Amino acid sequence: MRLRRDSLGFAAAACGAWIVLLYLVLPLLFVVPVSLTPQRYLSLPDRELSLRHYATLIDDPSWINSILHSAIVASSATLIAVLMGTLTAIGCWRIASRLSEVARIIMLAPMIVPPIVHALGFYRVWVRFGLIDTFPGLILAHGIKGMPFVLITVAAALANFDLRLEQAARNLGASLAQTVRLVLLPCILPGIATGAVFAFIISWDEIVVTLFITSRHVYTLPRKIWDGIADNINPSVAAVATIFILITLVLLALSFLLRREARVERSAA
Amino acid sequence: MAERRGKAERAGTAGYWPLVLAPLAMLAVFYLYPLAQVVWLSFTVPQPGLANYALLFTNPAVQRILWTTSRICVVTTAITMALGYLVAYVILHVTRRTEAWMLFFVLLSFWISILVRAFAWVALLHSRGVVNTLLMDWHVIGQPLALVRNELGVVIGMVHYMIPYAVLPLYANMKGIDARLVPAARGLGASPATAFLRVYLPLSLPGIVGAGILVFIFSLGFYVTPAILGGGKTVMIAEYIALQVVETLQWGLGTMLATSLLVIIFLMLALMARFVNPRRMFGAA
Repeated sequence: MRLRRDSLGFAAAACGAWIVLLYLVLPLLFVVPVSLTPQRYLSLPDRELSLRHYATLIDDPSWINSILHSAIVASSATLIAVLMGTLTAIGCWRIASRLSEVARIIMLAPMIVPPIVHALGFYRVWVRFGLIDTFPGLILAHGIKGMPFVLITVAAALANFDLRLEQAARNLGASLAQTVRLVLLPCILPGIATGAVFAFIISWDEIVVTLFITSRHVYTLPRKIWDGIADNINPSVAAVATIFILITLVLLALSFLLRREARVERSAA
Repeated sequence: MAERRGKAERAGTAGYWPLVLAPLAMLAVFYLYPLAQVVWLSFTVPQPGLANYALLFTNPAVQRILWTTSRICVVTTAITMALGYLVAYVILHVTRRTEAWMLFFVLLSFWISILVRAFAWVALLHSRGVVNTLLMDWHVIGQPLALVRNELGVVIGMVHYMIPYAVLPLYANMKGIDARLVPAARGLGASPATAFLRVYLPLSLPGIVGAGILVFIFSLGFYVTPAILGGGKTVMIAEYIALQVVETLQWGLGTMLATSLLVIIFLMLALMARFVNPRRMFGAA
């Protein structure tokens, strides 16, 4: 049962909530006209629209290059995060002792520690390890940052997994490795996939650690955007931002549609 | 179920320890060791001792940064929680269709790149930006308003970033509140305001405390948005730490502030664990 929707107080609250949601979304949409300005500085187009800032993205190889670097780093970091996070989640779930709980909490640290703090640490130690401004260095740091998110989503998936399935497999003669691979993994795949999406986005969007441990050799998209904002705000950043917003919009809409379809199917079954 | 397993079964789980220990070892070498380095440097550079920590009490520049950071964080958290609570409450009490749309907008904002969001605010608020241009075209103002490169801009951008982090946990928490309780209170003669203040609000308190501490913790260590929207004029602790290390090479001061930040955040998490089950907060179990 829900509250009386017709009451005046609730109508006012709903109005307020919509205003907050406008505040969340509207500023982002203003980037779209700004990206179409014919001027060389950030402004609203007054008479004509221009695609020159989009052309810059294609003509300037450094933009394409940074997208490529980001894609390499984010996909490799996702791999590391998924591997570490999934193993930990399975282990902790199966052991379920006080000790494994402590291990799980320690593994969540990269999510909680402020980025600037571990950025300093990475920088100091990466210099010694010879990992500064290298792909392995950035991938490793990003993988560790993404790992807790995989750990959480996989742990959530495991909470719904029936332990007896695993015991049945073991009783029927499957080894531990076979049980994990053939019984457990297929069941928790949705959790792993969700975690992987988080880990990818964490890396794709990461700037603070990147600022400290890369310089010229590894040059990711956030780094390029950061530099574009830092020196007298280049409007081609608005073009990139618009593309980002559109991609996010499409992917999110897709996930909503898929989820609704799944719900409809379930209720039909 | 897992808790009720017998000793014999538990012995069978020993084979799973390598699954945990391998990632843990990796974390120890490539993450915990770097963090330990930060803490270690704060006590040893430029000379061993507590000299860096004494700066917290003696150095006016450090104290100004701490004051600015706490002020901005408190204001940001208060505004974020008020707006977030409103949105979460409304989302739970509208029709399914509207609920889906409202969640869509919250998640859209949540997923959009932090740099894109900070940039959007700069494009909107700077002196020749969208807001100032429109207001001047409509002759509302004669001079452009200073909307970025100050605390106002930082708070606008930070609240914008934090709202989804408040709405989502609050929403999850409110979903667990029995929806029959408020109508019951109303049926027993309570006014809508009384029913909300004496029944609903206390029940949602764990969610408020949990989400509030989460938002506050994120705000404390926030780097990107304050750095971009503060424009070097309003500096918060994370940007100040970066400046110490990159510009003036004062590793002692930088790592001391980083360590202090770490200590404060873990104290707040411990505080949070008293109010809400951290396992539920972070999605597992």
